[in-house]
Amino acid sequence: MSRAFDGQRFRAMLLKESLQILRDPSTFLIAFVLPLIMLFLFGYAVSLDPTRTRIGLALQDSGAQALSLASAFERSRWFEVTGRRDVETLKRELTAGRIRGFVVIPQDFGRRFATPGDVAAIQIVADGSLPNTASFIGAYAEGVRATWAAGEGAERGIVARQPVEIAQRFWFNPELASHFFLIPGSIAIVMTMIGTLLTALVVAREWERGTMEAIMATPVGMPEFLATKVIPYFLLGLGSMTLCALLAIFLFGVPFRGSPLALLALASAFLVPALGQGLLISAVTRNQFVASQIALISAFLPAMMLSGFLFEIASMPTVIRGLTYIVPARYLIPSLQSVFLVGDLWGLFLRNIAVLLGFGALFFTLAIRATHRRIA
Amino acid sequence: MGGRLYAVVVKELWAILRDPRARIILVVPPLFQLFVFGFASTLEVRNFDIGVYNRDGGASSREFIERLGGSPNVGRIVPIGSPGEARDAIDGRSVIAVVTFDQEFSANVAARRAAVIQAVFDGRRSNAAQIVSGYLERIAADMGADIAAKPTGVSAPPRSQSIVANWFNSNLDYLWFTMPGLVVVISMVSGLAVTAQSVARERELGTFDQLMVSPLRVYEILAGKMVPPLLVGVVNATVYVLLIPTVFGVPLTGSLPLFYCALVFYLLALIGVGILVSVLSQTQQQAFLGAFLVMVPAILLSGYASPVDNMPGWLQVVAQGNPARHFLVVSEGVFLKAMPAAGILANTWPLMVIAAVTLGASTVLFRSRME
Repeated sequence: MSRAFDGQRFRAMLLKESLQILRDPSTFLIAFVLPLIMLFLFGYAVSLDPTRTRIGLALQDSGAQALSLASAFERSRWFEVTGRRDVETLKRELTAGRIRGFVVIPQDFGRRFATPGDVAAIQIVADGSLPNTASFIGAYAEGVRATWAAGEGAERGIVARQPVEIAQRFWFNPELASHFFLIPGSIAIVMTMIGTLLTALVVAREWERGTMEAIMATPVGMPEFLATKVIPYFLLGLGSMTLCALLAIFLFGVPFRGSPLALLALASAFLVPALGQGLLISAVTRNQFVASQIALISAFLPAMMLSGFLFEIASMPTVIRGLTYIVPARYLIPSLQSVFLVGDLWGLFLRNIAVLLGFGALFFTLAIRATHRRIA
Repeated sequence: MGGRLYAVVVKELWAILRDPRARIILVVPPLFQLFVFGFASTLEVRNFDIGVYNRDGGASSREFIERLGGSPNVGRIVPIGSPGEARDAIDGRSVIAVVTFDQEFSANVAARRAAVIQAVFDGRRSNAAQIVSGYLERIAADMGADIAAKPTGVSAPPRSQSIVANWFNSNLDYLWFTMPGLVVVISMVSGLAVTAQSVARERELGTFDQLMVSPLRVYEILAGKMVPPLLVGVVNATVYVLLIPTVFGVPLTGSLPLFYCALVFYLLALIGVGILVSVLSQTQQQAFLGAFLVMVPAILLSGYASPVDNMPGWLQVVAQGNPARHFLVVSEGVFLKAMPAAGILANTWPLMVIAAVTLGASTVLFRSRME
């Protein structure tokens, strides 16, 4: 049995694997259709930017002050007031989820506002079952009140000046558009799908059908064999990444301030552990259903949930934060967001690339060992 | 005929439960996901490191920094020595924001001139940055109010104020939202995965033809395929309903019978989608990828990852066809809001429609494949 590297044989094997992938319609599904859907969803559907929130208003005081505050809420660009109702109706609407909160301007509002030394209180009720929306409503409804109160004060010649002001600037993303960081992040998710999910599934099928053993019986050496399995998916992953990046820039208008070289280096470095993980899963499970589920749970879902893509890592409990260190996507997503929004930060990139390659080496070593054991 | 149906159900259950690894896959990952993702998926902002470039060093800037460090949202206060250092700290993501006090800050506060703090945020994390910025504003307002309240000034007391109450979850504990939401998401992941491969596996293994020549009717075959995912779904949901109030302390305020009623229709809707994918696929691989293609948009459009209200109007219409979007309202409602029967019904009938349409379409397609 010859273990020596043979260029011609390698090319033949590579051609065989590539053709096999290209002929499979599901390859196109996952490499080109799914990325389009993902990008589209992260561009349009998933938005962390608050838009106009539906709230109700209970106006129990018919005085001029109360009416002017009520119309301040109705004019606010943050709220869509669904009409003035009584509190009982609003409670039902809130429970049913038709409104996300309501504001009560009580009967004695105008009287107490006019009485010196007295404080007129309005009540803001938010739907706590959606904590993010609720804290938004609490803050912005109070903002509407404060602005209105400042306006009232100004009319009476009392200028409420803030003694301490904060001048704020948001670097890299002054419009504060969440899709500017979600879309670069979703490229990491797409590459996880191709690298780990698709590879695990396809190679597991070969094990299931026994074609793996057939190839193992030929004189092809293990590294050479794995390389022919992996290289087509590597190229597929880069192709899909390029498609995503072009769409991100030209369709979604995400700025690209880094260099294509940095993007390519980061994507290539990430595909190494992704592919290694896919091979490892298939070699250990050798069953399509089990492989697909493990790939889903160990690669796709952590890349979504534990990578800092949707949820901030710093806010997670310590144990979970520790767990994020073994999710390769965690090391790619900050760099991807930087290469789009900031520019080439090679210090950050090289550190992350080194970690990714380390994970890659580990996964490939384990995959090779698992494959050997299977054959023995 | 009852005997035939029974036999099919037994066969389908065996097909799933025979493989010990598949048995584990049905139980362990859903639990693992509940624990890990339950704690991970939070939009709260905690433990964020903030850089401080203090060129002032006076009493007022020290007081501001003290208030900042006392917040549970803030992790560490990182001293910054120069504008270049500030830039590096933000670029390298070691801090989310840098707050700069100029040399006259404390003097300005003391003289009651406008004292301005410069704050720069990392826009790559715009959601967290906005929350931190709101937090800084509040500290500044509090400090300003304290300064204004000092006896020397001619300050007017506040004449109006807001009292904020958060119903159903008064502390805005994010876990209270995540847990009922994960019931919806995890049921979908396992339900679709089990159903989607059922017909496709028979076709790939060649047993589909055997099924076709057996005396079984189409509806009997499909009913047999529906039972295992329904059972898996109900069993998993029961485990969640037991764990969520006891281990995670999320209240269960609503009616359990109504919850189960809605759950069955949710599972039927998912099974309808899963069988449809399965009937359309030639191989297990296509079935899995097809299910995945349905699953990702369904999770993202459910309201779990981001509020449905934030989506453009036409996408909110599209999301009406998503079973998870409706069941999420039921799940949050039953756990937190003690949702009355009318509210649950309003979100269950869309599930019935989706189930009827997808199961009907599957039957038609299945029949056409037989001929």
